[in-house]
Amino acid sequence: MAKVPELRRDASDSFEGPMISLRDLRVSYSGREILHGISFDVQRGETLVILGGSGSGKSTLLRTLVGLEKPTSGEVWIRGKNFAAISEAERDELRTRLGMSFQGGALFGSMTVGENVALPLQEHTKLEPSTVEIMVRLKLDQVGLSGFEDFLPSQLSGGMKKRAAVARAMAMDPEILFFDEPSAGLDPIIAAGIDQLILELKKAFHMTIIVVTHELASAFLIADRMVLINKGEVVALGTVQEMQKSIHPRVRQFLDRVPEPAVAQELDYLQMLTEPASKSSEGRQGKSR
Amino acid sequence: MEILRKVGASVLDGLAYVGALAFLAGRAAYFTFIGPLLGKPVRFQRAVSQAMEAGVRALPILSLITFFIGLILALQAAYELRRFGAMSYVASAVALSMTRELGPLITAVIVIGRSGSAFAAELGTMKVTEEIDALETMAIDPVSFLVAPKFTAMILMVPCLTIWANFMGILGGSLFGVAQADFTFWRYITASLDALYLRDVITGLIKSFMFGGTITAVGCLEGLNTAGGAEQVGRSTTRAVVMSIFLVILVDLVFTMLFFFLGEH
Repeated sequence: MAKVPELRRDASDSFEGPMISLRDLRVSYSGREILHGISFDVQRGETLVILGGSGSGKSTLLRTLVGLEKPTSGEVWIRGKNFAAISEAERDELRTRLGMSFQGGALFGSMTVGENVALPLQEHTKLEPSTVEIMVRLKLDQVGLSGFEDFLPSQLSGGMKKRAAVARAMAMDPEILFFDEPSAGLDPIIAAGIDQLILELKKAFHMTIIVVTHELASAFLIADRMVLINKGEVVALGTVQEMQKSIHPRVRQFLDRVPEPAVAQELDYLQMLTEPASKSSEGRQGKSR
Repeated sequence: MEILRKVGASVLDGLAYVGALAFLAGRAAYFTFIGPLLGKPVRFQRAVSQAMEAGVRALPILSLITFFIGLILALQAAYELRRFGAMSYVASAVALSMTRELGPLITAVIVIGRSGSAFAAELGTMKVTEEIDALETMAIDPVSFLVAPKFTAMILMVPCLTIWANFMGILGGSLFGVAQADFTFWRYITASLDALYLRDVITGLIKSFMFGGTITAVGCLEGLNTAGGAEQVGRSTTRAVVMSIFLVILVDLVFTMLFFFLGEH
């Protein structure tokens, strides 16, 4: 594992250009292609919401962005580095600049909340334990969890777990923060609180934020731009206003919450989920930008 | 033809599994032995807590079981030896079969039940709750963080437990020896020690060292290979136990054969 000597990185190390750049990204699981050539850029400080229904490939896309899945072809450039082409040490270094908040929190159950947040700092920096302790308190404070250092994740509510997960994701002061379904399984008030937290992080730290969700209200609130993924393809990409005005049938269906026609055959259903729209009857018109 | 194809496929699957085990054990061994030389020390605290759980907490049940095993061995040996009026050989029969074979094996079986299954359940749960993924996104190697401390603890603790198991087995045998075979307690112990060569104890310990590595690798591999939900965690745990028992006996066979043929010269 690469040790990052200091937590604050060199200013000369700053990177201009798109923080994330996807070039014809294709991902397959056991021979079946899930993502059929996805391309888009994300600029520094931008909040991009990845929208899509269940099985659309949006979670696979997120997992590929953080390097948990390998593309079968195409390229993922993060901060000007091609994820697939860099050495293990470089990849580890790059990963310390990314923070990921998982759907269920993915906090380590055997460690306290404080230990969870401290872990990346202990692993990748040579900070004194007392400094780590202060950092942990600071991060928990930022997500509204002051005083919960010694709680176990199992003692927290769903919303608090998500906040703790965000605190852990932010431990290394990442430049890009990823959220997988931040409001899934939370009641509307708690979910609104998480949206508010994302907005605050965006304002305070000018972070690049990628959020995968299917919650429309939350998406419209936090997004600068949105991308709609359907059957593993980009259907539409644009600002919030552009998406709202879009006349693309799939975008309208998603935004207006029109149910999918009933599918009789299991095979048709699988095909519907995974086959690229360009192959089926639906065309790729109206890709707004 | 169809049968051949099926047999061939199973053999390939088996080889792939053993390959995956060797790869995982190799990486864990790297982080245990080579890592510290390169300035990446073993996570001492995690290893100690694993050693506590896998080793020290196994002592009560291990003591009880191996005491009974020693007593059973004495009874079984006496059944035959009695006919030749050779009851004084009970001590050496128990001591030899405990240290060479049953001590390491019974210890391994208990460790599989307590720790091998726990490793699979722990890592399997972490896999399905995305905790393993979380480690990777934090640039923390799951093998170094989770598997290596278990590996370190197990290759140290399983031989230690085995020594204790040998001792308790001999103690169990002495109960019969004193009650039925005209031994005094100290004479029984001396007779046991006289029957043993250092070689017998060491071959047992080499085996138990290998068992420790095998159990860790199988438990952790099954855990890490868990896909899906909670139901799969249960399945991984079961598989870990069954595969561990099978592989421990296989390793036992290989090493017993090795020692047998090496011992001839």
